[in-house]
Amino acid sequence: MPTAAATATTHGPGASASEASAGKHSIAEIRAAGLVRRASEHDHTTVERSLPVSAALRPLFPGGCLRRGSTVLIAGPSGVGVARGQGYATPGATSLLFALLAEASAAGSWCAAVGLPTLGLVAAAEAGVAVERFALVPHPGPEWTGVVAALLDGVEIVVAAVPGSVPARVAERLAARARQRGGVLVPIGRWPGADLTLEVVDGAWHGLGAGRGRLRAREARVAAYGRGAAARTRYADLWLPGGVPPRDHRPTPWLGRGAASDAADPATAHRLAHPPVLELAG
Amino acid sequence: MSGDERTAATGPASPGPRSAGSEATGATRVLMLWCPDWPVIAAGLTEGIDVHGPVVVLHANRVLACSPAARAEGVRRGLRKREAQGRCPRLVVVAHDPSRDARAFEPVVAAVEQLAPGVEVIRAGACAIAARGPSGYYGGEAEAAERLVEHAALACGVEIQAGVADGVFAALLAARAGRIVPPGGTPAFLADLDVATLDRPELADLLRRLGVRTLGDFAALPAGDVLARFGFDAAYVHRLARGEDERPLAVRKPPPDLAVTGEYDPPLERVDMAAFAARALADRLHERLTAHGVAATRLVIEARTEAGEELHRVWRHDGLLDARGLADRVRWQLDGWLTMPFGARSARAGPRALDASSSLLARSSLVSPDDAGPWANRPTAGIDRLRLVPDGVVRSAGMQAGLWGEVGVADERAHRALVRVQGLLGPESVFTAVLGGGRGYADRVRLVAWGDERIPARAAEPPWPGRLPAPAPSTVYAMAGATEPVPVVVRTGDGAPLAVDARLAMTGVPATVAIDREPPVPVTGWAGPWPAEERWWAPGEGDRTVRLQLGLADGRALLVALRDGRWSMEANYD
Repeated sequence: MPTAAATATTHGPGASASEASAGKHSIAEIRAAGLVRRASEHDHTTVERSLPVSAALRPLFPGGCLRRGSTVLIAGPSGVGVARGQGYATPGATSLLFALLAEASAAGSWCAAVGLPTLGLVAAAEAGVAVERFALVPHPGPEWTGVVAALLDGVEIVVAAVPGSVPARVAERLAARARQRGGVLVPIGRWPGADLTLEVVDGAWHGLGAGRGRLRAREARVAAYGRGAAARTRYADLWLPGGVPPRDHRPTPWLGRGAASDAADPATAHRLAHPPVLELAG
Repeated sequence: MSGDERTAATGPASPGPRSAGSEATGATRVLMLWCPDWPVIAAGLTEGIDVHGPVVVLHANRVLACSPAARAEGVRRGLRKREAQGRCPRLVVVAHDPSRDARAFEPVVAAVEQLAPGVEVIRAGACAIAARGPSGYYGGEAEAAERLVEHAALACGVEIQAGVADGVFAALLAARAGRIVPPGGTPAFLADLDVATLDRPELADLLRRLGVRTLGDFAALPAGDVLARFGFDAAYVHRLARGEDERPLAVRKPPPDLAVTGEYDPPLERVDMAAFAARALADRLHERLTAHGVAATRLVIEARTEAGEELHRVWRHDGLLDARGLADRVRWQLDGWLTMPFGARSARAGPRALDASSSLLARSSLVSPDDAGPWANRPTAGIDRLRLVPDGVVRSAGMQAGLWGEVGVADERAHRALVRVQGLLGPESVFTAVLGGGRGYADRVRLVAWGDERIPARAAEPPWPGRLPAPAPSTVYAMAGATEPVPVVVRTGDGAPLAVDARLAMTGVPATVAIDREPPVPVTGWAGPWPAEERWWAPGEGDRTVRLQLGLADGRALLVALRDGRWSMEANYD
């Protein structure tokens, strides 16, 4: 893995030192061989400062990875869906959570979930989360803040179901703790001042008919918006769970529309989102 | 394990591998102690069966061992259960249990060890020692054998036969015959025995058909030809038949006593006192374990109260317990014992109840004596003696960090954070999941408290026909003990509640679902009914469930279950 230092060596004094061989290998050849990278690509490969995410989720994250020290909100049942007056959020938040954890967990990171007693651990394992490194604190009770803070000290990704709403002061303190310890805080529900918010804005299950077939795969459109580099809303179309479409899948019409749209603010994004349609297939 | 023992056998403390008089074969003189019909005797010792009557131990429906009374009636090893019962109708049948045999044999080994160190347990019912040491001490092999048999028989009340020969194989046969084979006489002793004594039925059968009936005949064959014709295993038993058993005894070292004990005067009555004592005692235990280069995977905590009650609890741990882990567990346990709601002890402790109620222990009085149920073991007085016994001891050279540091460090940090949360909320608050077998999604998950051994509730290995298919739902409401299933109302098109009859015919097509108190939502797709009838043979455990997958018009997908005529939402494909 070429680090920033290694790259600098190749571009700098190393280049003069290897001038003898430069006649044989142009920089383009070396780059093609993967030995050097452009300086602008470094954001993607700073291993120490980020955790990996699966390829399908990468477009949602500035830099294409889960930055350590950040707060990533998953808009849950009390999120924007309620504000939109639908009475519920578009389903898929929990599957999205598992998809988010899977890559980092498989790579050896520890994850913890606070206040989520109904997590389907079989689904987590199917999504690729290593359940032996996935600690669960189902009932934190009144110690919620203390438990989340204690976990941030040692666990890399801390998922916390927000009980009602959290005062901005507490939220800031926990976010600062995550920044300081290099963990990632993933609140579910409402959270003031998250670096990035992920929300399932549309989705449909495939495979279930009237008395025939069974649930096989779900398409979901996920929106990501936030602060700084993430101010521009990004979209990704995923298959949750699993990440791969079923074999006999035909492209769904609604996903074709506005796939390349980059709305400037979340409100536009929500207007673009269509009411979910259940695809009858199989 | 055997590697360690073998090292010990050739170490300076063990008797020399060779003894005078056996130079001819080079084998060790071995004194074998053998208990006839050990599986039967063990069943008698541990389960109180009368072994003087006809008793057989069965394994896989075949007789494994039988008592002398049963043998007199014609019962033999290898008979089927029916045949054995046919020959002796009064037969008492016991199932084979290797762990019971080994457990019951342990006192015998301990008794032998009192007189002669360096015992190797060959199998449950037979143990060997190098004959040279004891025979020199007691003045002869016969005297040593007599002395050992007498001591062990008196200590454990079992019948033992002894035999001495060159090598373990010959010694076991000599013990069966109750003989002391003179040094160098082993080949002659073996020569007359039947080939069946090699315990290789297929080889023995083949040899008999070739006209080789005794070990002497077999030993007379050229070793090279035996290897070429019958293979490696036969070449090995050929060496045994010739009396060339060069394997040195792998002796058992008596385990060092690692338990630590603390006496407390005045007795521990408050949690803070107990925590302080626990810390000190756990540190002592950890020091002792480290000094022996071992670590414990289980911890037995024994306490005696002032009133003479004995409390006992085993803590399992996944991985090795360090000093802090030991101290935490002792503290939790004492905490549990000392702060149990005050209760049922009146029935057990009688007059002491009054004394105890005036002590500090009684301050946490929460329940009336009538509904004390689970607290029947609550101590009635302070703890005056505490004993920590390490169990499941394994060799450990200390915790090893990952080669590049990162992996071990990250794990260590996470462990610390989780233990800290346990400190905030109690031991049963942090879990990791273990996936096992089962049909429903909730059945396949077992939540294990952090630090406990990660064992699935049900093995994943046998197939589970009718298991709910993947993808699994990401929200499961019926997790054991975690949450209650959410009641739902499923109606057909004409508004009648949907029902499923015994032949799995539904009374209609599901049209709407109302979850809890939400308004009904139209159903757009459904699959099922999927029946699961589990454990119908066990009274009180039977579970008959019919499940349906439902797709809802609002984009949700649910798994609903019909149990005892009521629908509930088991899971949400969120």
